[in-house]
Formats: sequence, C-alpha cells, structure tokens
Amino acid sequence: MDTDGRYPRWLWAPAGLGIGFLALPLLAMVMRVDWADFLALVTSASARHALTLSLRTSAASTGLCILLGVPLAVVLARARLRAGGLLRSLVLLPLVLPPVVGGIALLYTFGRRGLLGGTLDVLGWQIAFSTTAVVLAQTFVALPFLVLSLEGALRTANAEYDVVAATLGARPTTVFRRVTLPLVLPGLASGSLLAFARSLGEFGATITFAGSLEGVTRTLPLEIYLQRETDPDAAVALSLVLVMVAVGVIALTGRGAAR
Amino acid sequence: MSGRRLTLAAVVIGCLAACGTDSASEDQPAEQKLTVLAASSLTATFTALAADFEAGHEGVDVALTFGGSADLMEQVQQGAAVDVVETAATATMKRLIDEDLVGEPVPFASNRLEIVVPPGNPAGVTSLQDLDRSGLALVVCAPEVPCGAAAARVADVGGVTLSPVSEEQSVTDVLGKVVSREADAGLVYITDGQAAGDQVEGIEFRESKAVVNTYPVAVVADSDHEDLAGDFVGLVTGGRGHAVLSDAGFGRP
Repeated sequence: MDTDGRYPRWLWAPAGLGIGFLALPLLAMVMRVDWADFLALVTSASARHALTLSLRTSAASTGLCILLGVPLAVVLARARLRAGGLLRSLVLLPLVLPPVVGGIALLYTFGRRGLLGGTLDVLGWQIAFSTTAVVLAQTFVALPFLVLSLEGALRTANAEYDVVAATLGARPTTVFRRVTLPLVLPGLASGSLLAFARSLGEFGATITFAGSLEGVTRTLPLEIYLQRETDPDAAVALSLVLVMVAVGVIALTGRGAAR
Repeated sequence: MSGRRLTLAAVVIGCLAACGTDSASEDQPAEQKLTVLAASSLTATFTALAADFEAGHEGVDVALTFGGSADLMEQVQQGAAVDVVETAATATMKRLIDEDLVGEPVPFASNRLEIVVPPGNPAGVTSLQDLDRSGLALVVCAPEVPCGAAAARVADVGGVTLSPVSEEQSVTDVLGKVVSREADAGLVYITDGQAAGDQVEGIEFRESKAVVNTYPVAVVADSDHEDLAGDFVGLVTGGRGHAVLSDAGFGRP
C-alpha cells in the first residue's frame, strides 16, 4: 500500500518549528564565520592535526563498535534471555551517562590506578594519555548507537529466511554470514555512520580520560574548545568544518535509509 | 512497550521534571540582586566575601558565577546582566576594556605557580628542573589558558623544556589528574594547590617569583546596580578582602 502523502497536513506547523529550532543556530553560526580568514583558520597546523586525529580515531572506534556491536545486537535481538531487559539497559547506559562521567569511569577502569591499570602495566600497555584512550572513549559513547540501530533492523528483518537456510542444511555460522547479515546491511550501515558521527563529536569522555595533547589526543572538538580561549573566530570556523562533515555523514545515512 | 509501562515511565519523568522546577521556585526573590562573575580560582574566597557583603547590605543577594576567563568574557560581551566581573588574566580584562564594556579595573591580588605531586611524591620531583625528566607524566594547562601561559613563561625562565602528556583546559583538570595519580606532577597556582589540601603535595620553586599573575576586578559598564557593584569592588580590594585572599594563599597585587 502506498503511504506517501497520507498524513495530516497540520503536522507541518510543529514540524516547521522543529526545523527552525535546529536550523537557526546553524544559520547563526554560519553568519558568524569570518569568511575572509576561513581557509587560513581551518588549515593551521593545530587544526590539521586535530582533524586528521579525529578522522583516524573515529574510524578506528567505528571499527571497534562494529566488532563488538554486531554480536551484541544479534544476541539482544535473537537470544531468548530472561535478563534481556537488563542487558538492553546496560547498552543504553552510555547514552544517558554524561560523557564526562563516562570518561571518569573509563579512567577508574583503564587508568594507572584503575581496575585494570595494574594488569595493563604488566603487559606494557600504557593507555592513559594515548591515542588508544581516545578510541576507547569514543567507542564507549558510540556503541549504543550501532547496537540499537542494528538490533532494530534485526528485529524487523524476516527471520523466515534464516529458518529456510537452516532447513537447507546451513550451519548457524553460515546462516549468520550468508543470510542474516546481508539482510540487515542497510541497518548496519546507518548504525555505523551514526557511531562514526557520534565518535567525531565526542568531547567530554575524551578530555577527561585521554587528556589533551596536540597530535596525540586533541581531537577536533577539543581543539575547538581550546581555541575559544584565545581565538573565537578559529573556534567558529573549525565548528563549521565539523558541521560540514556531520552533514556529509547524515546525507550518506539518509541515502542508506531510503533504500 | 506495553501501554501501562509507557504511562508509568511518563509519570516518573513528569515527576522528576516537576520536582526540579519546584525547588527553584522556593527561593524568595531578594530586593536587589548583584551578579558577580569571577575566575574559578576565586571560588572559595569570593563565596566568603559575598556572604560578608550580604550580611552588611540588607536585602541584597549576591549571585556568583565562576568559570574560565574566556567564558566570563564572552558572557559580558554577549550582554548578560552582570554587575561585577573578575578575571584570572589582565589580557582578558583588557579585551573588555577595549570594547568599553567595563569601568576602570582594579588589580586586587596576585598568584604564583607551584608544582603539585600526588601524596608521597612517587616520581621524586623536587624542583622545576626535574620536570623535563623523560618518562615523567607531567600535566600542565594549555598555553591558551592563563595558567598555561604562566607555565610556559616559567619554563622559559628556568630554562626547562616541558613535555607534558596532556595540556588541560583548566587548573581543576590538572589537579584532578594529579589527585587521581594519573599524572606524576602538575603545574598549578599556589592557591589551587592549597585548596586541594591533603590530596596533593605542593612544591614551591624559586622561578615562580618571575611569573606573577595579577587578578583585576571591575564594575561592568551597563550595570543596573553601579553603586552596589562599586561597594563590592571596595570590599574585595579593601582590608577584609586582603585578609581573606592572603589566607587562601594569594599575594598582594
């Protein structure tokens, strides 16, 4: 049944308000940008280091989110668990926790004096103040986005195909690899893009857990926050760069969702 | 989610929201409200002086906001209803002066840096020169922030190259890393080290005398309570103010 065009038209009024609420701050920021100096401001050494670090770490954390999130989403969607609700609440936790608090929690776990600090020291892994810490912080906050997105897709996907594949003699791993995953690929793609976008914008957990050092842990949001102190023009210009990357990501996600 | 669970969740959220607004409306509106912005390093001292001011001026409520100098400057620039502003750097105050947003600033206190280490001094730091040891997890403020600029200058004076593992946004963050023992040493103001009490050990060094941070306070130009604001500035710069400030470790301006 074609549902396009079937909605009460008065919804445009509150929807328009919502659009305005989101668009006006963006417009205000664009109007504040010093366009004459824009290119110089966004290509400074510290800005370039921050942007490349942000892209590198966000890509790594998205990868880590996929490695950890896909199995988690499948377990949440398909396993018949009595503690399923509790597990889902655990996955939701980083969404609700203020990122700074998340960063402190990570510090208490992986820091020198943390829960795993001693073990990591013995293994020779120095996580504090390293780029690894940035990736861990970003993964912590972005994982829920991927898991919930994919879990939703898995729940609505027709499990009949999996059953058919099993009756045809495929082992569970083969079913997972050749039937389940390909069916939810759009959901996985949009979940990954969301996780990437969230990682890109992560600030609180990074600054608390990883610290801030140019080229090592100072991602773009941290650089923007620091530039506010001395050069508000640079801060606004860099924020616009972040917004443009975000818009690009959203456009990609939109195209994925439309399929 | 079942209909009943959804309703229950909505009721719980509604209650939490209502409780939040109730406690705010319980405050009795005072006759006059004096809004003061001050740098974070003055939290304890200005809170004490504000209490003194309220005791000495009936019907006056002093609303204090503490933050980084850049945030405070931005609030004044954006036209917030502020009466008195105090910054941790003369550079920030100068920008407000250039934009004709404040009256004549009065320097009222000064601060120097010191090294802080976790209790027990695990890395055995004794002087400024020890800070460029390789393998030392040193944390300082970023150069864009007043305490970071002071740290950079003090390193120059001492002929030391600082290689921090992290350049924090504020003194609080530096202290936090030292207190939690993530860092072996940090450079903060003497007053902040003192305020942290037993959580850190402070190590003074002679080069700190070369870099003194002066704090200015000023009445905001568009203030609705100019006389009161002037009185508050008078309190801060007067004898009582000096007593409270020097107790906390601040020096003379």
